[in-house]
Amino acid sequence: MFHFIKLRKYWYILSLAIIIPGLFSLMVRGLNLGIDFTGGNILEVRFTQQVTIDRVRQVVESLDLGSGRNVQQSGERDFIIRTRPLSQEENDKLLDALRKNLGQTTLLRSDHVGPVIGRELTRNALLALLIASVLMVVYITLRFEFKQGIAAIIALLHDVLVTTGIFSLFQFEVDSAFVAALLTIIGYSINDTIIIFDRIRENMRVHRRGEELGELINVSLWQTLTRSINTVLTVMFVLLALYFLGGTTIKNFVLAMLIGVSSGAYSSIFNASPLWYDLKMMEKKKALRTA
Amino acid sequence: MKWNKVLILAAILLLVAAVAVVAVVPLGVKNATWNKYFPVVKDVNLGLDLRGGVHVVLEAKDTPEAKVTPEAMRQLRAVIENRVNQFGVAEPVIQQQGERRLIVELAGIKDPEKAVNDLVKVAYLEFKTMDGKTILTGADLKDAREAKDATSGAVEVDLEFTPAGAKKFADATTANVNKQIAILLDGQVLQAPTVQEPILNGRARITGYRSLDEAHTIAILLRSGALPVKVDVEEKRAVGPALGADSLAKSKHAAVVGTVAILVFMLIYYRLPGLIANFALLVYALIVLFIYVGMHVTMTLPGIAGFLLSLGIAVDANVVIFERIKEELRAGKSIGAAIDAGFKRGFVAVFDSNATTVLAAIVLYYLGTGPIRGFAVTLIIGIAASMFTAITLTRWLLRLVAAANISKNPRVYGA
Repeated sequence: MFHFIKLRKYWYILSLAIIIPGLFSLMVRGLNLGIDFTGGNILEVRFTQQVTIDRVRQVVESLDLGSGRNVQQSGERDFIIRTRPLSQEENDKLLDALRKNLGQTTLLRSDHVGPVIGRELTRNALLALLIASVLMVVYITLRFEFKQGIAAIIALLHDVLVTTGIFSLFQFEVDSAFVAALLTIIGYSINDTIIIFDRIRENMRVHRRGEELGELINVSLWQTLTRSINTVLTVMFVLLALYFLGGTTIKNFVLAMLIGVSSGAYSSIFNASPLWYDLKMMEKKKALRTA
Repeated sequence: MKWNKVLILAAILLLVAAVAVVAVVPLGVKNATWNKYFPVVKDVNLGLDLRGGVHVVLEAKDTPEAKVTPEAMRQLRAVIENRVNQFGVAEPVIQQQGERRLIVELAGIKDPEKAVNDLVKVAYLEFKTMDGKTILTGADLKDAREAKDATSGAVEVDLEFTPAGAKKFADATTANVNKQIAILLDGQVLQAPTVQEPILNGRARITGYRSLDEAHTIAILLRSGALPVKVDVEEKRAVGPALGADSLAKSKHAAVVGTVAILVFMLIYYRLPGLIANFALLVYALIVLFIYVGMHVTMTLPGIAGFLLSLGIAVDANVVIFERIKEELRAGKSIGAAIDAGFKRGFVAVFDSNATTVLAAIVLYYLGTGPIRGFAVTLIIGIAASMFTAITLTRWLLRLVAAANISKNPRVYGA
C-alpha cells in the first residue's frame, strides 16, 4: 500500500511535467481560438457528389475570403470552411461559387460572429471563471477551513491549466463551449476534492493525539479511493459515449471534459490533500519558530 | 423473507419501469387528455441546434441620417416581428438585449440563409420623377400583395396607397403624363414605366418578377415597411435541418449507450443496492424530463451534455452513500443500521460537493448566453433532482429491501 502523502513530491512533479509544457505552449503559441472569440464565419456544407478537399480549397481561395488552409473535411461529403467575418453578400457569393463549381450543396451549418461579440464573450468567460473560483473558496472556507479552500483552488487551477495547456499543445479549437467545459470541470474537481475533505473533516473529530496528520490524510484518501475511481468511471462512460457517438459540434466540448475530469480526479487525490498537508506543516513550523 | 414487503417493493419497481416505458415510447393512445402528457420525451422543447433553425443577433447602428433611440428600437422590433410573422415560423423568439441588440430565433426553417437575408433587408421603397424628385415612399404604402395577372399570367406586386399617398400619387401622375416615374427598392430601379394617364385610385403595380415566390418576398418586405435604422448581423448561427436531425439522432444514441453503461456498471459493482440505485436513476431521469417539459427548458446539444453529466453526479451521490454502507457493514453493523448510518454520513459530503457545483452553474447562467445557459439550467435542475432521488428515494427503497429481509448476506450488498 503506497503512501499518498509521503510520496507527494512525485505527484507534484508529475503535475508540473504536464503543466509546464502546456504553459510554455500557451505563451508561445497561445490557443487556437474559434470564431466565438475572434469573430469570423463557419460554413459547413454537404455536397451531393464526391468532392476532394483541394477542389473546395480552390473555390474558397478564388474568392479571397481568407486562406484555404481553413477548409476541413468533417464527413464523407461534408466540409467545414472557416473565413473572416463575412457580410451577407459575401456569404451568398461563397455559397453560389460552391454550387456553381462543385454541384448541389446543402447548407448544414452557417455561423457568423462579429468581432464585438467575440470580445464580449472573452471578457465574460474570464469573469465567470474568476467569480466562480471566489465563490467556491468562500463556500469551502465557511464549511471547512480557509487553507482547504486554498488547496482546493490550487487543485482546480491545476485542472484548468492542464486542460488549456493540452488544448494549446495540440492546437485543438477553443470555442464558447470550452468555457462551459472549464466551469464544469471546476465544479467537478471541487466536488471530488470536497468528498475527500469531508472524510478528513470527519476523521479529525476522532483524531487521537499523537497521530500524525499525514497518516490521517492518507487513511482518508484510501477510504474514499473506491468512490473516486467509480465516479470517474461512470462519468467517463458517458463522456466516451458522447465523444465517439455524439455529434461533431460538441466533440471539442467533450474532449475538454475528458481531459479535465481525468485531471480533476487526479488533482483531488494527489494535489489537493497533499497541498493542504504542506500548508498545515508551514503553519506548524511558523508556530514553533514564534514560540 | 417477508413477502408483503417484497410485494410492495416489486410493485414499486414495476410501476417505475412502466412509467419509464410510457414516458419514452409512444403507445399510440388516442385519448387526447392522456396524450397531452405521454410520451414526455416528445414534448421536450428542442433547441435550434437539434431541429435546425437560425439564431441571429441584430445590432442597430447609428448613421448620420438615423440615430438609434429607444423609439427607433421599438419600431425596429415591430418591423422585424412583422417580417418574422410573414415567414410562418412556429414560436419565433424576438427579444431585445441591451440598448441596441435584438435576438431573433427561428426554428425549423428550410433555408436559414434566405430567412436572415429577408429579415435584415432594408426594403426602402421610393417613387421618383425623372428629375429625381421623390414623390412618395414606403411610408405612404397601405398594402402590398403578390398576384398573377389574370390575362397575361405575369407575376406582379399590387400596391395600395394610404389616402395621403393616393393623393400624392394622383398629383404626381397628373403632372407627369407621358413621362417616366421610377420605382426604386433600396435605391435600385425596379422599373420606370411611362405614365399614360393620371392614376387617381391610389393603386399601382410593379411587374417583371420571375416567380411568384420572388414577388411574395418583395410584397412582405414592402408591407412590413423599411427598417428605421441601419442593422448589422452581429452573430448568426444557422443549423440546417439535415445537421439538426443528424445531431439529434447521434445524441440520443450516445445518451442511451452512456446510460446503459452506467446501469450495467452499478449493477455489477454494487449488486442489490446497485439495482435500487438504477431504479432511482430511472426515476431521476423521469423527474428531470418532467421538469424540462414543465419549465419549457429548451434542449440543446450542450443541454444534453449537462443532463448526462448530472446523471453522472446522481450516480456519484449513490456511490458515496453505498461506499459508506459497505464500510458500516464491514464494521459489523446490521444491514438496517448500516443503511441508516451510511446515508447520514454520506449526505454531508454529497451536499457540500453539489453545492459548489451549483455555484459554478449559477455563475455560468448569469454570464453565459444561449446554449451555455441551457447547459447551466440542465445542470442545476439535474443536481437538485439527483439530491432528491439519491437521498430520499434510494434510502426508502433500500430500507424496504432491508425490511423485506431478502438476504442477510452482506455480499449481496456489494460488501
